[in-house]
Amino acid sequence: MIAVKNISKSFNNLPVLIDISVTFEQGITNLIIGQSGSGKTVLLKAIVGLHDIDEGEILYGDIVFNKLNFHEKKEIRKQMGMLFQGSALFDSATVEENVIYPLDMFTKMDPEEKRERANFCLNRVNIHNANHLYPSEISGGMKKRVGIARAIALNPKYLFCDEPNSGLDPKTAIVIDDLIKEITEEFNTTTIVNTHDMNSVMEIGEKVVFIYEGEKCWEGTNQDVLHSDNEKLNEFVFANNLAKQVRNIH
Amino acid sequence: MNIIYHIGNYFILLSKVFAKPEKGNIYYRQIIREIISLGVNSVAIVVIISTFMGAVITLQTAYNTENPLFPSYLIGLGCRDSIILEFSSTMVALILAGKVGSNIASELGTMRVTEQIDALEIMGVNSASYLVLPKIIAAVLFNPLLTIISIIVGVFGGWVAGTVTGVVTSEDFIYGIQYAFIPYYITYSLIKTVFFAFIITSVSAYHGYYVEGGALEVGRSSTRAVVYSSVVILLFNVILTQLLLS
Repeated sequence: MIAVKNISKSFNNLPVLIDISVTFEQGITNLIIGQSGSGKTVLLKAIVGLHDIDEGEILYGDIVFNKLNFHEKKEIRKQMGMLFQGSALFDSATVEENVIYPLDMFTKMDPEEKRERANFCLNRVNIHNANHLYPSEISGGMKKRVGIARAIALNPKYLFCDEPNSGLDPKTAIVIDDLIKEITEEFNTTTIVNTHDMNSVMEIGEKVVFIYEGEKCWEGTNQDVLHSDNEKLNEFVFANNLAKQVRNIH
Repeated sequence: MNIIYHIGNYFILLSKVFAKPEKGNIYYRQIIREIISLGVNSVAIVVIISTFMGAVITLQTAYNTENPLFPSYLIGLGCRDSIILEFSSTMVALILAGKVGSNIASELGTMRVTEQIDALEIMGVNSASYLVLPKIIAAVLFNPLLTIISIIVGVFGGWVAGTVTGVVTSEDFIYGIQYAFIPYYITYSLIKTVFFAFIITSVSAYHGYYVEGGALEVGRSSTRAVVYSSVVILLFNVILTQLLLS
């Protein structure tokens, strides 16, 4: 479980996160949604420690993460896996080397064990026969899947995904969503997904937190989203004509 | 204020770079990779430039000493001392600041804007140390070798130019390069090279590591890396010369 308590963050005196408190449960996919510029990426990066917060607490279980020093944070970071918006695969390394990298850094496995673990993770995300390709030689969807394989290499307790569907076609986006949900259940991770894709919300949003102009505006499940009377949430969710028509049918 | 901010940030980066490495064998692999990337891949340009600069120094020295009072072996001596004292350390460092410095800044800058550095941080890796330390060690270890290659090739280029154009005989040139040789000049040149190698890699890494934005900023950081490395090299050239030769 991850909990954020009253966190605030400003850049150059411009408030980006304002007094946000929310709890992300273990074993389910928690979604942070909001329009571009609402602060959801800053919130995710604050949770993983890439941005220092101005006020509040970030709790991993009982541990106040934002009060730890670099070396103390390292122990928790070894339990994190993160899928970045652009996948963030290492350009100079092959697919297999990318997945092996965290094993190289933090385990004492021998090379054969590491290769076996990397192959297990790659097979888990349905990547086959691409071990020796470089990131520049694979598609966007494959990059995302390799990113997930790298994120789960160390059996993480916490999985973070920043805009996992950006730049993907709807069919591939569903594959990635399903994969995130399956891995969350299989590894019993605390998963936080940052997205503005409503398909993802409806597919995997077991808990949904809506951020509006840096503030938590609403939270509930994907089913609650459709029936909420929150004006700002409805403006976001039913922004396009198709969504409006679907809502009218319901 | 701006320059103080950058100097402060630069030293903060260095404190992270020189933190205790995560895993020795991984750093060893990285250092070998960087020696090939930053050092071995620079041999060709150093050889080409040193050859031609040696040739030009010889021809210009000959042109400026066309006086019967000056013995022609001074051409060899002038070529040798110019190359050892200044050219092979400072000029080669400035050229490497362009080649290696822009390479480092653009590599790290691209890693920053594509979130690869964030990915390392998330894993609990000290990204500054992992990415920058091997580059500094590789350059500090390998650049003295480049300097020695430059000295040898530069003097050879001077000899070829001098003898082919007939401005100096082979015997006089060889006598000149042996005449009043002070071995300390080599030490002086290598000490400067080590400092310059550190400056090129660390200043360029600083500019690349802290890039914010996109491709345009990566390009700008690459340019800044070359400019600032070159300026700092020239500044330290004066300081080291005063300290080591006075």
